[in-house]
Amino acid sequence: MRVVIAEDSVLLRAGLTKLLETSGFEVAAAAGDAEELLAAVREHRPDAAIVDVRMPPGFTDEGVRAALVMRREAPDVAVLLLSQYVEERYAADLLSSSTSGIGYLLKDRVADVSAFLDALRRVIAGGTALDPEVVAQLLLRRGSDPLGRLTPREREVLSLMAEGRSNAGIAAALVVSESAVAKHINNIFAKLDLPHAEGDHRRVLAVLRFLDGGT
Amino acid sequence: MASVSPARRALAHAPWSAAAWRDTAFVASGVPLQVAAWAILTVPWMVWVPTRVTPVLVLTSASAVLVLLALRPLTSWQRERCWAMLGLDVPRMPAFDDGRPWDALRDLRSPELWRVLRYHLVVGPLIALGGIAVIAAWAAGLACAASATFVWALPPSSALNSKPAAVLTGAGVLLVIAAPWAAAAVRRGDARAAAALLGPDRARELERRVEDLAEKRASVVDAADLERRRIERDLHDGAQQRLVSLALNLGLARETLTGVPDAAMRVIVEAHEEAKEALAELRGLIRGLHPAVLEDRGLDAALSGVAARVPLPVRLRVEVEPRASSTVEAVAYFVVSEALTNVVRHARASAVDIVVTRRGDVLHVVVTDDGRGGADPAGGTGLTGLARRVLSVDGAFRITSPAGGPTTVTVELPCAL
Repeated sequence: MRVVIAEDSVLLRAGLTKLLETSGFEVAAAAGDAEELLAAVREHRPDAAIVDVRMPPGFTDEGVRAALVMRREAPDVAVLLLSQYVEERYAADLLSSSTSGIGYLLKDRVADVSAFLDALRRVIAGGTALDPEVVAQLLLRRGSDPLGRLTPREREVLSLMAEGRSNAGIAAALVVSESAVAKHINNIFAKLDLPHAEGDHRRVLAVLRFLDGGT
Repeated sequence: MASVSPARRALAHAPWSAAAWRDTAFVASGVPLQVAAWAILTVPWMVWVPTRVTPVLVLTSASAVLVLLALRPLTSWQRERCWAMLGLDVPRMPAFDDGRPWDALRDLRSPELWRVLRYHLVVGPLIALGGIAVIAAWAAGLACAASATFVWALPPSSALNSKPAAVLTGAGVLLVIAAPWAAAAVRRGDARAAAALLGPDRARELERRVEDLAEKRASVVDAADLERRRIERDLHDGAQQRLVSLALNLGLARETLTGVPDAAMRVIVEAHEEAKEALAELRGLIRGLHPAVLEDRGLDAALSGVAARVPLPVRLRVEVEPRASSTVEAVAYFVVSEALTNVVRHARASAVDIVVTRRGDVLHVVVTDDGRGGADPAGGTGLTGLARRVLSVDGAFRITSPAGGPTTVTVELPCAL
């Protein structure tokens, strides 16, 4: 799978390239800012772009804005944003255009190599990968209203769902059985008045739409 | 002074006393300086009286300009005179005395200029009249007092007889006795007028100082804020990226190295975990300094990030439209994040409520928790630092925290700085 990297720190760019290449990805190009990134995406049409949020010249949200441009110009290219801090507001911007093939993670997460590569593959497959911190912020934004009806365990399950995990993934994270997870999820859907849906992706969409629609 | 007997007072003003001579010298030396401005205005008319309009205007404005130009030297001579002869210090007025002589022409609205002008054109000439009276009293008094001697020296057959001479002498002696008193009175008047009109106006001086200090403080606060941003940027670009790269490499080693002895692998795993913890700590530290999202998206966006990190249910309401100045936003952000840190550390609360609203030009920040209360601003450094930072932008800080809770921190900040 071909990937373009946009990261202004030379050190990290090299680190990411090494990580991806040892894991069987092909790094088509490595860009230092948003302009270079967009040019590289137009030229190489990669499967995914890994984008740092804070890049020259403004060092604020260049990556987010570039990602939004990419969503319009090349919707088939998955975008995985990395940042030293995750901000709910940026996530809301990203998710407002579409919720497939989008990831937004803390940069720290690259250190957990296999989890990071999982997230990247999930995003390339059209899924979602949201950092637990973003999910926490989104949940906070949603307010306590209907979410107040959830038990703490159900909240945990909802957070993990919003991160883009499968039932098996959630079960492993919480050290419970998959059937227990399925029961929790049904309870959540019931409590939040969400219709039943097939498959991980639609489930995540439902959760995100719920989170998004409430703000 | 009250204990001084009338006799002593009279002696102190005796015509031969040092005080009498000093006052007289002071008063007399003032006269030429005090009439100078009027002289400049009037003398040309004594020499030449134009009859057509243009020359009249030219002459008038020329002498007015000359008076304005003369104000500064005249004023400084007056101050010298007060200092040299009375030991009276009339301080300079930087707004009036500094700069070039023709600056007086440029700023005709300066209150200093008009006070000085009042001295040189109104009060000064009146004092000069007093001074002239004092000199006249001395001269006439001495002349009359001497007349008796003069009459006595003449032959008895002369036209002057001794009776009117005695009256004249008496009057002269009285004048000579009175002259020192008059000199003292004129001296007091002049000293008071010089201090009031030629020295700085205290109220105005204080006002200017307050303005100056407020300006300086604002720039110090801004500089501190800028510095915080710079440190944030430096840490973000430097240490943080290096740590991520280190953690990434350790993670890669942990996942890909095979055939490593168990002990070595344990070290790698530990190092990896520690690098991740260091990253999390550094992230928390840097975000506390000044988050980039604050500049970019404002308080609401920045605060939801802080609130989400608190391990408690947080209700957050932010309504700030239009945005406050960046320094004030940074202070409000700091207030909330510091207050939340305090809640987590000390309050044993089960929920926190944050409300940030703008009413007019005031930003209200209220953080309430349902913890055990008893928070004392004098106790913890967190609350003192918070209060200090609020005061630095002229804000108000209040905390109510009865034992048993709840605790409410209320902060009001001016939106513009």
